Amino acid sequence: MTIRTAARGRTAATAAAVCALAVALTACSGTTKNDAKNDAGGAAASSAKADPNAPLKKNLKMAFLPKQINNPYEKIVDDAGIAAAKSFHGTAKEVGPSDASASSQVSYINTLIQQQQDAILVAANDPNAVCGPLKQAMKQGIKVVSYDSDTAKDCRQIFINQASSEDIGRSLIQHIGKQIGYKGKIAILSATQNATNQNTWIDFMKQELKDPKYKNMKLVKVAYGDDDDQKSFQQTQGLLQAYPDLKGIISPTTVGIAAAARYLDDSSYKGKVVLNGLGTPNQMRKYVKDGTVEQFSLWNPENLGYLGAYAAAALASGQITGAQGDTFSAGKLGKFTVGKDGEVILGKPTVFDKTNIDQFHF
Amino acid sequence: MAMAPDTRSPAPGAAGKAEPPLTAGLRAKSLALRWDTAVVALLIAVFLVGLGTTDGFSGGGNLAFAFNDISEVALIALPMTLLVVAGEIDLSVGSMLGFSSALAGALWNAGWAFETIVPIVLVVGILGGLLNGWLVTRVGLPSLAVTIGTLALYRGLASVVLGSDAITDFPSKYAAWTANTTTLPGTFLTYPIVLFIVLAIVTAFVLHSTSFGRSLFAIGAQEDAAFFAGIRVKRYKLLLFVLTGLLSAFAGIVFTLRYGSARADNGTGYELLVISAILLGGIDFDGGKGTLAGAVAGILLIGVLRNLLTLNDVPGEVQTVVTGLLLVASVLTPRIIGAVTERRQRRAASAAAATT
Repeated sequence: MTIRTAARGRTAATAAAVCALAVALTACSGTTKNDAKNDAGGAAASSAKADPNAPLKKNLKMAFLPKQINNPYEKIVDDAGIAAAKSFHGTAKEVGPSDASASSQVSYINTLIQQQQDAILVAANDPNAVCGPLKQAMKQGIKVVSYDSDTAKDCRQIFINQASSEDIGRSLIQHIGKQIGYKGKIAILSATQNATNQNTWIDFMKQELKDPKYKNMKLVKVAYGDDDDQKSFQQTQGLLQAYPDLKGIISPTTVGIAAAARYLDDSSYKGKVVLNGLGTPNQMRKYVKDGTVEQFSLWNPENLGYLGAYAAAALASGQITGAQGDTFSAGKLGKFTVGKDGEVILGKPTVFDKTNIDQFHF
Repeated sequence: MAMAPDTRSPAPGAAGKAEPPLTAGLRAKSLALRWDTAVVALLIAVFLVGLGTTDGFSGGGNLAFAFNDISEVALIALPMTLLVVAGEIDLSVGSMLGFSSALAGALWNAGWAFETIVPIVLVVGILGGLLNGWLVTRVGLPSLAVTIGTLALYRGLASVVLGSDAITDFPSKYAAWTANTTTLPGTFLTYPIVLFIVLAIVTAFVLHSTSFGRSLFAIGAQEDAAFFAGIRVKRYKLLLFVLTGLLSAFAGIVFTLRYGSARADNGTGYELLVISAILLGGIDFDGGKGTLAGAVAGILLIGVLRNLLTLNDVPGEVQTVVTGLLLVASVLTPRIIGAVTERRQRRAASAAAATT
């Protein structure tokens, strides 16, 4: 017993000592967040000049690093990019981790550096975790393009944005306005309450609604299905009970729109309430064909990969440096201009309906 | 990719030459030793194959990267080796790493000085280890059950502390210490790896050359016997759990700085990486067997192999399969060799009995 007490006393003493040490260290001037802000190194500014007339180099080697391999959506993007690379006599491949965790992409970036790729295209799981190695890659002259999910701005030269947030938000209102004859109550079924993408889009939707032509339309509620199938289903049910005269629902998330469509399909509201939003053709095919949903949108993932490959090639060939205003040509998609912060926008989202849905399989 | 020489042929002659009347202890020891040597040999072989066949394996800071990439696993594996030798296990290390990372991120975000955050996080690691150790040694629960519980608990606390945020912008003067571009001048050894080497030497000395270390083997082999021989079983185990918690929390700091990103899900699944590494190194999960050199070789082998396979564009799933097969081999081989030698000796003994 005495031994135990002694041990406890010793533990307490150690703990006290450590705490004292911690306090002492606080008293000294430590490194805090505010200091770090100042010493954060500047971006690897590219000093090279862009030569818009430079031909695309042949035999370029590039690699797609998706969030995780075997993700069907990313596979479509990457396969299209790999095919595009072939069309300008380059070679591309897809490598990546089997889990989408923050750190798992890092070792792949390192090996791509060792393999001396000409360009790396990355869909970042974490905007910052991949930064260190990507900066090393750029230092060694490897071009870095982010797509689908951006990295921090100074860790890549170009970000291929699938569609501008403004386009997505505004076009969803434009579409549903046309569908319901610019008249009646509408609601939004979003993902989580603090989902960055969805909230940005919803803000643009609200701005678009300020246009006088929507004066007879009213956004009555934004519901949150948390990107959970079950919850989105229940929220749809709740919306229709609370607002029996609801004319339309916009669900800017693939989970939400699929759940809402499933609810409408089996309910008496089928054909009476318009559902629009962002969805994937494979999930929505059934509902488009049976008339529950007339149309929905999403960017075309194949074009995303295609544009990514061309942007990477343009960088590696010196046509562009990633500076604002640089222009390059992306094969069948035409000419693109680099916007603010190195962003290249793919274009307006594709609208899927009965006439074209069978051409898409993702 | 060439899978390097056969792992399963650790000098068949060696066993034959041994004199028949071996004590069980000696035989077990020699078996364990042979798997260790096989892993070391395999490591060297893989390394040489890499040098010979793969461009970019040896150059351009790749080795610095490859080793730095496993530094957190390696650091945690040291106390874990001691724990497993003493017949216990700690599955909460990955969660503790995540908790430490999340806590560091939350405090940093709240404007605390990094120099204050580090000791606090380390104390939290010690407390986490104390909780594990207390439940195992004083309450008397099995460590597997306890640490499965704290695996969930510490990960949960990480989410409570940081939610779904990711904290970035850690001080670059400290981050540089963990980067794979900062190496000991003239070598490919990064600072986390240098620290690992120093700690590995200390651990090897403690485990194999001190009475404390030898007691751990005794505890792992036969706990009651060790207790009656006067070894303070519970206190030693408690100490090991505390050490494991401390090193996991420290690894959390290294991880956070290295990736520049504090998140609650950092280090998910690391407990399995750590355990596979030392299992591969021939540490027996029944306790009481193994060498630290083997464990270190196991860790390095996993790191080098992963790097080499990735460089050769071997898909992730195949890499998992390769690691899995190696693990099975590491458990199976010593047992097969054991069974074979035993049968041979029995036959030799009966033959000897027949001739006389």
